[in-house]
Amino acid sequence: MEDISVFDVIGPNMIGPSSSHTAGALKIALMARHLVSGPVREVAFRLYGSFARTYRGHGTDRALIAGILGFDTEDKRIRDAYELAKEAGLKVTFETDTQDQDVHPNTVLIRLTDAEGRVHSVMGSSVGGGEVVLKRLDGVAVNITGSGCTLLVKHIDRPGALAYIATCTSQWNINIAALAMHREARGETAYAELTIDSPAPSSMLEALRAHPLVTEVTQIIV
Amino acid sequence: MKFKTGAALLEQCETLQIPISEAMIRREVTISGQDREAILERMRRAWQIMRDAVEEGREGHLRSIGGLIGGEGKKLLDHITVRSLMRKAAAYAMSVLEVNASMGLIVAAPTAGSSGVIPGVFMSVQEKEGFTDEQMMLALFNAGAVGYLIMQNATVAGAEGGCQAEIGSAAAMAASAVVELMGGTPQQCLAAASDVLSCMLGLVCDPVAGLVEIPCQKRNATAACNALICAEMALAGIETPIPFDEMVTAMYRVGRSIPYELRETALGGVAATPSACALCDQILCARKENAQ
Repeated sequence: MEDISVFDVIGPNMIGPSSSHTAGALKIALMARHLVSGPVREVAFRLYGSFARTYRGHGTDRALIAGILGFDTEDKRIRDAYELAKEAGLKVTFETDTQDQDVHPNTVLIRLTDAEGRVHSVMGSSVGGGEVVLKRLDGVAVNITGSGCTLLVKHIDRPGALAYIATCTSQWNINIAALAMHREARGETAYAELTIDSPAPSSMLEALRAHPLVTEVTQIIV
Repeated sequence: MKFKTGAALLEQCETLQIPISEAMIRREVTISGQDREAILERMRRAWQIMRDAVEEGREGHLRSIGGLIGGEGKKLLDHITVRSLMRKAAAYAMSVLEVNASMGLIVAAPTAGSSGVIPGVFMSVQEKEGFTDEQMMLALFNAGAVGYLIMQNATVAGAEGGCQAEIGSAAAMAASAVVELMGGTPQQCLAAASDVLSCMLGLVCDPVAGLVEIPCQKRNATAACNALICAEMALAGIETPIPFDEMVTAMYRVGRSIPYELRETALGGVAATPSACALCDQILCARKENAQ
């Protein structure tokens, strides 16, 4: 267990009413937002479990929209997220699923459509105290907690991809705290998920993107 | 500096002749690698948010988004039968819960559902005793030390340990901080925290309609009073036979034995009363109408 900071106890500073249903929800949406470069045209939220039952009373809906708009958990504009989304030309829809028993009770599936019409999907759970875990990205199982920096490298599942990624981190002097590999199937789309101790500079992200096996590079900083 | 139990904390305070707040600041410097002034500055901001929340809430114009609370803090403040510190602490605590429930800015201390206790106790004591904001900010480190020890050795989550773990912890934190502010010893601080936990032991988490409104708001108010009484008892030199660490363990064990229905699921306790269920239906119906 990591050392508990005094600001984990006297904090976080947040817009209420609930660390899991409001602040946590916002954080999931904010992390999802990082996956799309450029503006988001449309977002559809599917809410499960307790999120589905209590989302309006907890302002979960407004918090999720605020995350897509890029607000942080202290932003007083969260209350007005619906109006602000409208102004920003962001189309928002919600649906609920109270039947699925297999997911964590505070779970949301977010489908984002970017300006070019590309669709990304992210499933995340709010696991208490504002802490969150992203469980699926575009259908691939992941486990991203959003503490510190996460680097997601989408690539083709072939030998050499990981070696190249590791070489880049070494060249840019970035320390890897944790590493996980996920793939759809052998030889198909795969993700390398790196928790790193300091943010990767854009030159390193460019170098990663230049490799023929790498299809997409995303950095999530929370 | 590092410590993981109340006993270890008291030992460090004794050896170095420092208050609990100072030990907690030194611990934060050690674990975060940040310099002292940056840490104090961050806590100043937390205290400012707490003050702002009390001031916003006590105006009485807020309405929760769940629709169950709003204006209670002001009502209690305006009521003039007995002008006591207790009533003010309770009214302020309720006001902060109104800010929280209406999507205003609060400090989760230790959680959003218990965010009224510390500001309520702190603001009322500051107004009565004339402490500076700097003194209140330092006292937050004392409260933080107690909350950290409970998080480290038990839990502050209602879903895990019931209300005793959540609002109970907030009150234990507030009580300890008040003892330090009033010149009590580190031993008296933890005795007050231990007393609070024992007085709130077994309290379940049963929010109506699953919202952080009823009974959370009133429990923040009574917990603030609980904190003040226990601080007074410790300062009066009334001893506590159960050390803080043992009380934390006891609270955790009780929490683990609280059934699922009474741990934030809104399936039991106050939430399961016929009147609460009727309120719940009302909220759902109102929403369906709004949606159409």
